[in-house]
Amino acid sequence: MLIVKDLFVKVEEKEILKGINLEVNAGEVHAIMGPNGSGKSTLANVIAGKDGYEVTGGTVSLNGTDLLEMSPEERAWEGVFLAFQYPVEIPGVSNATFLKTALNEIRKHNGHEELDAMQFLKYMKEKMRVVGIDEKLINRPVNQGFSGGEKKRNEIFQLQMLQPKLAVLDETDSGLDIDALKIVSSGVNTFRSKENAVIVVTHYQRLLNYIVPDFVHVLVNGRIVKSGGKDLALELEEKGYDWVANPVTEEAAV
Amino acid sequence: METIKEKYISDFRKAEENMNGEASTAFHQFRKSAIAKFDELGFPSLKNEDWKYTNISPLFNYEFTKGADLNISKKEVEKYMIKGLDENVIVFVNGIYSEKHSSIKKQQTGIVIESLKNVIKNNAGLILDHIGKIAEIDNGFTALNTAFAGEGAVIFVPDNAAVNGHIHLLNITGEKDRNILTQPRHIIITGKNCNVKIIESYHSTGSEANLVNAVSEIAVGEGSIVEIYRLQQENESSFQINRTHALQSANSTFTHYSVTLGGGIVRNDTNIKLDAENCTGNLYGLYLTEGNQHVDNHTLIDHAKPHCQSNEMYKGVLNDRSKGVFNGKVFVREDAQKTNAYQSNKAILLTDTASIDTKPQLEIFADDVKCSHGAAIGQLDDEAVFYLRSRGIGEEMARTVLIRAFANDIFETIENDAFHEHLNHLVFEKLK
Repeated sequence: MLIVKDLFVKVEEKEILKGINLEVNAGEVHAIMGPNGSGKSTLANVIAGKDGYEVTGGTVSLNGTDLLEMSPEERAWEGVFLAFQYPVEIPGVSNATFLKTALNEIRKHNGHEELDAMQFLKYMKEKMRVVGIDEKLINRPVNQGFSGGEKKRNEIFQLQMLQPKLAVLDETDSGLDIDALKIVSSGVNTFRSKENAVIVVTHYQRLLNYIVPDFVHVLVNGRIVKSGGKDLALELEEKGYDWVANPVTEEAAV
Repeated sequence: METIKEKYISDFRKAEENMNGEASTAFHQFRKSAIAKFDELGFPSLKNEDWKYTNISPLFNYEFTKGADLNISKKEVEKYMIKGLDENVIVFVNGIYSEKHSSIKKQQTGIVIESLKNVIKNNAGLILDHIGKIAEIDNGFTALNTAFAGEGAVIFVPDNAAVNGHIHLLNITGEKDRNILTQPRHIIITGKNCNVKIIESYHSTGSEANLVNAVSEIAVGEGSIVEIYRLQQENESSFQINRTHALQSANSTFTHYSVTLGGGIVRNDTNIKLDAENCTGNLYGLYLTEGNQHVDNHTLIDHAKPHCQSNEMYKGVLNDRSKGVFNGKVFVREDAQKTNAYQSNKAILLTDTASIDTKPQLEIFADDVKCSHGAAIGQLDDEAVFYLRSRGIGEEMARTVLIRAFANDIFETIENDAFHEHLNHLVFEKLK
């Protein structure tokens, strides 16, 4: 589904990603782990199409189409979804209106009929149950005054509503207590299917107890230095990032 | 060579010669004092502190003349009607009262909803105590409007009378290959315990530059509630100078909405005087500008008596090379203890070339008051734009959604559903 080939990315003249290769197939969950500043969020943002990143080499494609040529909204229409590390507060726009607009835009661009108010409400209620999100959060302005946990839950609610092909979760676990973590994880697990794929970007192994990945990649200093199965996360938790990071330093020293 | 100022003065003399009987009336004496005032004041220039940011000299490039009551079609007029706000409509075509297009519902005895022209002719006593008493003649434009006062609307509501429906003062200006001058003078007087809702809208029919120099005077009676929704939607080569002045009696509420979407150079002076206890004055403004538009909002809230409150919120969205000015003065006199005054003005600049000069001005002479003011100028939040786009909302729509969201504070103050809906429609049309 997603193929990242030899991706190099600069931010303000500084090289952050230095040749990333990653293949994610439908039905798979990939975890990208790494220390702070390793480039995890950069990778997530580049996939979603955020400004301020200069791709200096390589390709990113989704089901054969070149993502890098597309605007963020076109990527969303193609099925890319980024759950933000820091969801943005948008005063003056209700969550429900926002989601109705987004959902209908995506439907329109995929040749589906737009949902009317009644159909939308019915669909939304169903998804609210799945994520266990409070009705009052739905009618409030997007993320405004939400607690950290509520914001993350809102991201997962949007994920459920929009049903993308590829979900990239950027540090969705940060700032969550254990209860919120369980709720958010269960929202992601219900989303998982043979047709879609999930990339979980995280610093800690903790989230991976709840969202069990098929593959784990360790990103250090802009490169994937090690890939493996779900056990790799446990090993990292035990031994720390230095254990995989050191070979890179040695290599760089040569 | 005759200056523009001299031209207006000689126009006045000429009009006077053709007046026959009216020239000797008390009303005309009042006009004469205004032309003398105009002679003394002239037009304001950038040297006047109050006009420092608004250069009106482009106005002198045109020769504005009085227009004719063109025979415009019912269909054309209907374009400017507003669903749910049009129970009573007084139409002015090129500043001239159009009886044909106006329609007034049956009203309680004593209520007057009439053209100024007819009131001067038949019932001048009704307004003589008010006209020129509420809006002080302290600048050339107000003096000029007063000197030529002859067209406009008069709304008089006696004590405890209920007006049937909204009143829409619909001003349509434009004539092919001509530059039209209109000087509407609207006078609104309410007795005790009335509730009056007025829509004041300004439109152009073509793309020619016109000058509308409007003055509205409003006397809000004891315990009365008066709401005015002013919509400025003229073409972008036109000029509008609008002076609105309300004088409030005890326990009254006056609410004014100023919505500016059109006009080349627009200058609004919106003033209220809270002249008795327990009054509430609300001034809300929303302006969306583009191209070379220049919109100047000067407001004055004069707290003259104790136990009153005022709420003021102006919001602007400026695109392209457009310019905004906001000058909000809140004056709390020595007597006006327990005043509660809140002012906020915010603007978003969508480009590097749009600009705004903003000046909140609080002058407080009482010691037991609560006053606050805030001004903020910013840009659209790029993070928010990306957030919306990442959810499949296209860039243009994302920006529209965020601009509408910025204006939402104004929408939240609107209790009138029909006006809320109409304004929402206007904002989305403008942002298209």
